[in-house]
Amino acid sequence: MAELEEALLAHNLTREEYDRIVEKLEREPNENELGMFSVMWSEHCSYKSSRVHLRRLPTRGPRVLQGPGENAGVVDIGHGLAAVFKIESHNHPSFIEPFQGAATGVGGIIRDIFTMGARPIALMNSLRFGPLSIQKNRSILTGVAAGIASYGNSMGIPTVGGEVSFEDGYSLNPLVNAFCLGIAPKDRIFLARAEGEGNPVFYVGAKTGKDGIHGATMASSEFDEAAEEKRPTVQVGDPFLEKLLLEACLELMATDALVAIQDMGAAGLTCAASEMGSRGGTGIAIDLDKVPQRERGMTAYEILLSESQERMLLVARAGREAEVERIFQKWDLDASAIGSVTTDGLLRVFSRGRVVAEVPARALADEGPVYERPLARPSYLDRLEDVRLDDLEEPRDLEATLAAMLESHGVASKHWIFEQYDHMVRSNTIVLPGGDAGCVRIKIKGGTPMALAMCLDGNGRYSYLDPYLGGALAVAEGCRNLAAVGATPIGATNCLNFGNPEKPETMWQFSNVIDGMKDACEHFQVPVTGGNVSFYNETEGEGIFPTPVVGLVGVLEDHRLRVTHNFKEPGDLIFLLGATSEEIGGSEYLKVVHGRVDGKPPRLDLEVESSVQDLLRRAAARGLLRSAHDLSDGGLGVALAESLFGPLGETMGASVALETRRRAEAVLFSEGQSRILVSVAPREAGELEQLADDTGVALSRLGVTGGDRLEIRVNGERTISKTVASLREAWWTAIERGLDS
Amino acid sequence: MPRFAVCVFPGSNCEEDVKYALENVLGEPTDLVWHKETSLEGYDAVILPGGFAHGDYLRPGALARFSPIMEPIREMAEQGKPVIGICNGFQMLQEAGLLEGAMLRNRTLTYICRYVDLRVEHRDSPLTTTLEQGEVLRIPIGHADGNYYADKETLDALEKKDQVLFRYVEDVNGAQRKIAGIRNERGNVVGLMPHPDRCYEPDLGTDDGRKVFESLVAWTKEHG
Repeated sequence: MAELEEALLAHNLTREEYDRIVEKLEREPNENELGMFSVMWSEHCSYKSSRVHLRRLPTRGPRVLQGPGENAGVVDIGHGLAAVFKIESHNHPSFIEPFQGAATGVGGIIRDIFTMGARPIALMNSLRFGPLSIQKNRSILTGVAAGIASYGNSMGIPTVGGEVSFEDGYSLNPLVNAFCLGIAPKDRIFLARAEGEGNPVFYVGAKTGKDGIHGATMASSEFDEAAEEKRPTVQVGDPFLEKLLLEACLELMATDALVAIQDMGAAGLTCAASEMGSRGGTGIAIDLDKVPQRERGMTAYEILLSESQERMLLVARAGREAEVERIFQKWDLDASAIGSVTTDGLLRVFSRGRVVAEVPARALADEGPVYERPLARPSYLDRLEDVRLDDLEEPRDLEATLAAMLESHGVASKHWIFEQYDHMVRSNTIVLPGGDAGCVRIKIKGGTPMALAMCLDGNGRYSYLDPYLGGALAVAEGCRNLAAVGATPIGATNCLNFGNPEKPETMWQFSNVIDGMKDACEHFQVPVTGGNVSFYNETEGEGIFPTPVVGLVGVLEDHRLRVTHNFKEPGDLIFLLGATSEEIGGSEYLKVVHGRVDGKPPRLDLEVESSVQDLLRRAAARGLLRSAHDLSDGGLGVALAESLFGPLGETMGASVALETRRRAEAVLFSEGQSRILVSVAPREAGELEQLADDTGVALSRLGVTGGDRLEIRVNGERTISKTVASLREAWWTAIERGLDS
Repeated sequence: MPRFAVCVFPGSNCEEDVKYALENVLGEPTDLVWHKETSLEGYDAVILPGGFAHGDYLRPGALARFSPIMEPIREMAEQGKPVIGICNGFQMLQEAGLLEGAMLRNRTLTYICRYVDLRVEHRDSPLTTTLEQGEVLRIPIGHADGNYYADKETLDALEKKDQVLFRYVEDVNGAQRKIAGIRNERGNVVGLMPHPDRCYEPDLGTDDGRKVFESLVAWTKEHG
């Protein structure tokens, strides 16, 4: 009995879960089977705590070709093409070993995309770190950035956007969420469904080693001070091998020799084989002796659970084996037939002539426990105070305040990070990093290239202060970012980063975030086609802010109509779309200037939000806009400053006059939603005003571009007059200075 | 009409960009040629594109020099046909002994991807023949190992024989004498670290890369 308890503890399984396994098998599992269940039923693979909530998200729409449940979501983008995309977390490995953790996170999400038959064409990432004043956080950031660069660059996929932010709570739990998007002919999508009795099962790619065993289980528990001892559970990536695997798989997919394919990620061979069998309603028999192995003497248990990278499992049509082998040979890769598809629904594993595991594929992949965990509203929410400017000390020098905002690491230029990423390979990047959304053109045979815009958004502070609003605001801001480049959202993917789900407070936050996302997604008619949940982001009992990250994808029918964020010509008129009110709760200003994370996050009126976005898209489609930039962290003051800085180092001054009945910070740093800063040529101003009139969107003329200073008058009083060069210096160099400190 | 070959090594990733610039933008027939091919018969110029051939294992370009395609490339170099290495291709040409010097890791020790300004130093080469001496082009770099190194005698000789074709206007990676691109003594073999294949249309930032490819086409037609 004590032995069983020890085994369950080691496998992170509860007694109830064990009983469920016995029920499914109608016998006791052997050690291999126990290991297989433990990874497949881990939180990471089974979504046992989140499933009941995720069901509430909208997943259907006229463009959706594949919703959640496959390796990635698929959305119709017209012209016979589909966009295949997903986001996934690699938080735990990136804390334990930042470079490899982040690198293999990128490698994993890329495999999820090309597994579906798509050529990956864009990457993004959403990163959260603790403050750079702590040495450990500096080394985590440096390692994560280098790891992402190493993998994405070698794969020849541009990293076209993303976000980086900093809060205390991420010191021991950095978040690394990687997004990938690919393009496929819409009638050539490959699924992970093993079908056809007797069809051969091939193992292709890297050899299996002892790395990453129980990675999925590691990612499903909290960390303590001994976290670094878990380093052997982190995999080591080889992007060159994955590049070969990518090309070989795409070449194979162009033939009709392939039936099904799935990558071996978390839970390795066990996961790939059981999911393919379960989805296809078939069984799979494999012989571990035929699995290419990196080292001698590996046990069945180790081979079944290894998370070695750059491996795929595929089912080919019987009789086409030679073709499969020839293609992989061309790319100098192993392709080994290790088994075949059966009809009995069992995943049957042989080793040295004996059956070492025999488990219904469905039981592993689809019949894990589903928990309706208790929810409890966290008590800290009652202690939050309503924050009003009148109760805060007034900054003596607003010029210094603006500079402090620009050099706060959340706002400052992230060029130190994104210049390490190849963001131009494939020569389709038509919005350089630093804009509101990444944008890549899609060449259309015989036509004008269209474009896909994409962005990642999520604000941990907002979600902490009001989880429902945090979920809704992430979706709204994402849609707004797409609108700012002129694009219409067509699909979303989400990465939900939370603490320990066994704590009712965490689940309450989770449930509320889902509700907020659901309402916003339904309003904007954006289906969620897949994503990832990362629980247990806690170390020594301290959790992160609940951090939902939403990846949004939008289309722009003519790539030439995309709008970028920076002012272009002197003498252009600057307008603000949307109305400004005092919204200081949870803001960058409150944190940077007053050192507080408190209050209510900004309100969201979904109807107002839609009309602002519609206006923006209509103005972009008519080519009225010289620039458009979303107001987010730091409000209008920061958005104005950022609009002065172009992506190639070019700059443009501006002079604006603002009005407010409250203190100047209300108009400068309020994070009120549904606002966009635009500039237009003077001759276009009338048409923009007419459009705003027609759509009922508040529009105010703020000033004019030109010169080499930023001049801001508030209620007629000269409040800020700084050279663009000095503002840019503060903003441009802050992260580098933070890393050097 | 000249025909261009773009070599594809395992790990190359800029071959499509070069092909697109030559074929779709400039209308010149261009083929991708696999590194295991042993002939470049029928081609008037060859381009070795950027990427991570053989995973950059050992050193960037160090393994690519053993690919079968390097033999016909060498022959084309000897025949005086244009042999162009961009980024990783430049590193290969150095490893193959067709161009002088070596690339060290960038001084920042990081990969750097951004637009930089380049000054055209000499016109006598396939990539510069239609450009102006002293002209400044804005073309992006994307490399971790672009810190050009050679000993002083070599550097002096390169300068003396007008072999330095492109120089960074500002120091970006620690390269000696800000060297961004060179040619061999004869003038037909050229290596360039920045990527003209990433800026051949204004939508991509600039179209200065197009000018570089136009020069290649003009030179190839004239000398073909």
